[in-house]
Amino acid sequence: MSLRIVVTVKYVPDATGDRHFADDLTVDRDDVDGLLSELDEYAVEQALQISENSDDDVEITVLTVGPEDAKDALRKALSMGADKAIHVEDDDLHGTDAIGTSLVLAKAIEKAGYDLVISGMASTDGTMGVVPALLAERLGVPQVTLLSEVSVEDGTVKGRRDGDAASEQLEASLPAVVSVTDQSGEARYPSFKGIMAAKKKPVESWDLEDLEIEADEVGLEGSYTVVDSAAERPARTAGTIVKDEGEGGKQLAEFLAGQKFI
Amino acid sequence: MAEVLVYVDHVDGAVRKPTLELLTLARRIGEPVAVALGNGAADTAAVLAEHGAVKVLTHDASEYADYLVVPKVEALQAAYEAVSPAAVLVPSSAEGKEIAARLALRIGSGVITDAIDLEAGDEGPVATQSVFAAAFTTKSRIAKGTPVITVKPNSAAVEAAPAAGAVEALAVAFSEKATGTKVTARTPRESTGRPELTEAAIVVSGGRGVNGAENFAIIEALADSLGAAVGASRAAVDAGWYPHTNQVGQTGKSVSPQLYVASGISGAIQHRAGMQTSKTIVAINKDAEAPIFDLVDYGVVGDLFDVVPQLTEEIKTRKG
Repeated sequence: MSLRIVVTVKYVPDATGDRHFADDLTVDRDDVDGLLSELDEYAVEQALQISENSDDDVEITVLTVGPEDAKDALRKALSMGADKAIHVEDDDLHGTDAIGTSLVLAKAIEKAGYDLVISGMASTDGTMGVVPALLAERLGVPQVTLLSEVSVEDGTVKGRRDGDAASEQLEASLPAVVSVTDQSGEARYPSFKGIMAAKKKPVESWDLEDLEIEADEVGLEGSYTVVDSAAERPARTAGTIVKDEGEGGKQLAEFLAGQKFI
Repeated sequence: MAEVLVYVDHVDGAVRKPTLELLTLARRIGEPVAVALGNGAADTAAVLAEHGAVKVLTHDASEYADYLVVPKVEALQAAYEAVSPAAVLVPSSAEGKEIAARLALRIGSGVITDAIDLEAGDEGPVATQSVFAAAFTTKSRIAKGTPVITVKPNSAAVEAAPAAGAVEALAVAFSEKATGTKVTARTPRESTGRPELTEAAIVVSGGRGVNGAENFAIIEALADSLGAAVGASRAAVDAGWYPHTNQVGQTGKSVSPQLYVASGISGAIQHRAGMQTSKTIVAINKDAEAPIFDLVDYGVVGDLFDVVPQLTEEIKTRKG
């Protein structure tokens, strides 16, 4: 038996950097450092753990859609221990929305071959959290999403989903799409050996033609959503700061009373 | 007037506040038609009618509880096909976003998530969103298909607007896909008696400075004195001091209350992403250089173990 896992990852602008929009109201990627979305590290980690706990042959492929620099995200995942990588890159992809991204990812996943897809719970830039559900819809397989625990055995994926009202145990037959939360387990750091090994691992590059996707199905032209404006939020006016010299709690109560919260 | 589908978030017939906010927003763009599914669906009609639903489409089946997400998508799709609405609105919970996205794909539409405001526009509804940790405000619309939009809690004040609220049974035929992901067990979350974090008017949060699970009692005491929900920073959650369901921030809940009280929270970008749109922000922190103080309307530089209990006592005294 063998198990083919595809982990979808995203290369995102560093959240601690100064993120802003380009003139066409897409995310400006030139002026801020990029990195593997932190939430996708959890997906890579769970793929590695499933592999380590399995008696089957497990092959882990990391997949990303993005510009040339997005290779850095793949390289990080490979250095953590993934086996190979696929980079979908095409100039016509610029400005693709979530619906379009799910199309590209789904076609690439089908072309790569898979038993299990693992994604992070959301990207740290768009933070929509809808791509895993969209992938399940497109691939026509069960979605087993937002898991804080995940395991795979005998062709079945199981996991725990912690919702607002209840904690649920979920189960589905493979093939399936899983997404994992930041509660699923700390992601490992790449070792020096891992970093060196990653340099020798294969990275395939595919474009839209390889995936039989027309240019007008993706990019700004193919987008189902339009951003009409983006305005920087006005800086908050400086608040009152007091040092506690024994009356700090009372002073704060006075402020809250003045604002009618008490 | 065009009809607007509103997906109802309820627990055994008790409608949650974000749905009532959605009805208020829906009335700006058309006539709200509510869709209530699962156990207690019909019990939601009275409150939905009171808040503007001209019609309430209901359907109950064991599939909603026994399988994940897809049965709800198929029911909402059935409602969409029955009504041909001008837009579909769904509360922005994790599940709500998944339902909205899958519906959008099925009906050939775009999806906008986490809107914080909604207004009628010349080319369909215009959604306001707060992005990049609330550093930017964007206005977006759907370019193709029927707009499917999820809206965050606390995005509108609930307004009563009595309407007919005629209950109609929705016909739903589930496909094989609906039963793909089984829910094999469900443990309801124990009620704390406090308001739901994302819906609360006041949120009191603790962070690394709280320094231990047992010390969260003083955060809870302050919250209770204000009738507030309790939140926690990622540092406090990762340390195991408070449950993940109470985490405020990029990977937890995003809150937008009238008042946010941060105690022992430095204010890292990931935390700010989840609370920066709060109307009034106050903070208590020992470190005068903590970035949280850049956001506050009122800040106290001091030891939370001195300041918070004193504040709680003072609130209790004032409330008599």
